[in-house]
Amino acid sequence: MWRVKGHRLGAVLAAGTIALAANSAAAQDKEVVFGLQCDRTGATQTVGVFLCPGYHDYIALVNSKGGVEGFKIRVIEIDHEYKVPPAMEAHERFKKEGEVLEGLYGTPQTAALAKKLEEDKILGTSPGFGAAAAADGKRFPYLFPVAATYWSQIAAAVEFAKKQLGGSLNGKKIAYLFFDNPAGKEPLVILEDLAKSEGFELRTFAVPSPGVEMAAQVLDITGRFRPDFVITHLFGRSPSVSIKELKGKGFPLSKVVSLVWGSSEADIKAAGGFGAAQGYNAMQFAGVGEEFPVIKGIIDMYKAQGKPAPKELETSVYYNRGVMIAALHVEAVRNAIKAKGGAAPTSEDVKNGMEMVKGFTLGGLVPPMTITPEDHEGGGWVQVWTVKDGKFEKTTDWFQAYRDLIKKHLVASAQN
Amino acid sequence: MFHRESGVFKTSYAADMALYPLPIARWTVAALLVLFAVVAPLSLHEYYLSIINLVLIAVVGALGLNILVGYTGQISIGHAAFMSVGAYTAANLAVKAHLPFWITLPAGGLMAALIGAIVGIPSLRIKGLYLAIATLAGQLIIEWTINHVPWISGGAQASIQVPRPSLLGYELRTQGQLYFFLLFFTVVAIVATLNLVRSRIGRAFVAIRDQDIAAEIIGIDIFRYKLLSFAISSFYAGVCGVLYTYYLGIANYEQFQIVVSIDYLAMIIIGGLGSVLGSILGATFVTFLPIVIRWTMESFGGLFFSPAELPGTISSLRLIVFGALIILFLVVEPEGLNRLWRNIRNYFRVWPFSY
Repeated sequence: MWRVKGHRLGAVLAAGTIALAANSAAAQDKEVVFGLQCDRTGATQTVGVFLCPGYHDYIALVNSKGGVEGFKIRVIEIDHEYKVPPAMEAHERFKKEGEVLEGLYGTPQTAALAKKLEEDKILGTSPGFGAAAAADGKRFPYLFPVAATYWSQIAAAVEFAKKQLGGSLNGKKIAYLFFDNPAGKEPLVILEDLAKSEGFELRTFAVPSPGVEMAAQVLDITGRFRPDFVITHLFGRSPSVSIKELKGKGFPLSKVVSLVWGSSEADIKAAGGFGAAQGYNAMQFAGVGEEFPVIKGIIDMYKAQGKPAPKELETSVYYNRGVMIAALHVEAVRNAIKAKGGAAPTSEDVKNGMEMVKGFTLGGLVPPMTITPEDHEGGGWVQVWTVKDGKFEKTTDWFQAYRDLIKKHLVASAQN
Repeated sequence: MFHRESGVFKTSYAADMALYPLPIARWTVAALLVLFAVVAPLSLHEYYLSIINLVLIAVVGALGLNILVGYTGQISIGHAAFMSVGAYTAANLAVKAHLPFWITLPAGGLMAALIGAIVGIPSLRIKGLYLAIATLAGQLIIEWTINHVPWISGGAQASIQVPRPSLLGYELRTQGQLYFFLLFFTVVAIVATLNLVRSRIGRAFVAIRDQDIAAEIIGIDIFRYKLLSFAISSFYAGVCGVLYTYYLGIANYEQFQIVVSIDYLAMIIIGGLGSVLGSILGATFVTFLPIVIRWTMESFGGLFFSPAELPGTISSLRLIVFGALIILFLVVEPEGLNRLWRNIRNYFRVWPFSY
């Protein structure tokens, strides 16, 4: 309308619009878009409220230092409340905004989007969420667990138990206490094979959803089965209940190891605090605590803005996992931009970039993984941290276990 | 606004049962059909089509639940479980027997109808909250069964990948192609429901809802119609589950848990119990509103919050606003969006000469 009238105001506005358009076009040239799905309000909010701020803080840190290879990163976060239909909507939205990669969140959401990601040729990372079979890059070319899958975790847990019990599991008894859902049942095949090859007696104890009542199972474990070691694989509120119950029945927590979703500071606090959970072993796929250069960098960035350190650091287990996911995303994009000689990467370039990630440890926060077109898991590295004198202390360095067995199962599941 | 009647006066049963109560309804339906079949797919970006797709699937499920809860007056908290029955039936048939969608889709619906009728048996003896608990048990039993029977669930992951639906050798995979696939079945579901509720069966359902003893006295076979209602409702749920399966390319029981049953109950209560339009409005409201709230906050949230706070704030505020809007709409009109729409329409029908 104002154009027709031809007033000076119109000319100014038009010039402004053109300048703005040119500006945003220039910004788009030097911008990459990341899609991040998150759950801050749904069933797994206990994880999301710490993990996603970690992700954003790392990206902000990278942007504050000029971005990745001169490209600023724009993150679009969508909270899907752990529901599947909003996850699909989120994916389409990210695609519309021109995302080069996507951070997935949640097991059913990862399953539901696996096919779509492949069709759209956009990589999705699913650390700790996706099916173990997704480690097979030939079978799921656009799905990247980029952290130890449940198969690798359970193998590592058995390896840890073996070390703790003096180097042999022959004739020993191991109890597996797990959440009765697909994620909880996934490690069973590996565990059963290991029971045969290592010669230990295995008994499994399922905890039905929502997992806050397990007195009967724990009584069965401590009173009847009397195992030498307990491996737990629980989610949400249930890890803290398991710690309380096992301790209450007098079972030594130093003979318990939990897989990665029962291993945060929040779980320990809910179980009665670090004093009560003394000796509890927790498996991690990212480093714990604030003693990493990158975390210090984030705290310094906050300080420079005159703000206190992010409060989410109190649950550094999940916060650091968010940082790790963000760092791997940035690294993949960095590889992609370098491979293209500084040009803007497409989502396929970024996928190839992710498959070049090697020797990227971020000062010890990220395991020494090597992601290849065949292995999207990066080797299945974990650490075990133990509750000791009021905090988590590192008990083992990064290790991997029984890789041949995992590979055998990956091949077998690809043939089905 | 283009009417000048002083109201709708029906003088015969035929007029009362007509699909189009007024001539303008015929034109409205035709216009909507053109809008959704031609204009929307040609003009909208794929992203917006993906949202409509989610709404279309939800409409089928909400229609089914409304037949049971709204028309027959039997409460069910097991709706999502019937969806998973349909989803896994179709997925198993599609993967193990390589059947096309036009066989697996009705098969999924029929299997859900069978299971639904079985879960509905307690409704013959109990009502209200007691029935709610019985159907809740049905939901949990079905979830447990799928989780623990690998023959159904396809292994420890409990998820089965299905091939994309194909029509005459042409594979439907983009949001635009799936839009037509879903639109077709949703339109069929809407027309079928409209016809069902004005038929003998639908009238029997309403009679049972209003007073079951009276219904029995006037000769309605309560046993038959209550189970039929459960079966038809579950058929819709099963079809809804199959549509989800083909839309996502995977059957996974974790997406049909009890929260989803509650969501569908919310849809029909907000939309309006015992109304087809209400089911559509309710499904749209519950699916679409959280997205709209997020869009709004993404656009204007930057004025009030720093970029670092924004993501967390949006998540929490969205829930609060969504909850507040549900309460607001229900306080303004307890009979749901359908009633609200009818009030508006009736007001303008005689406007400006209302009395």
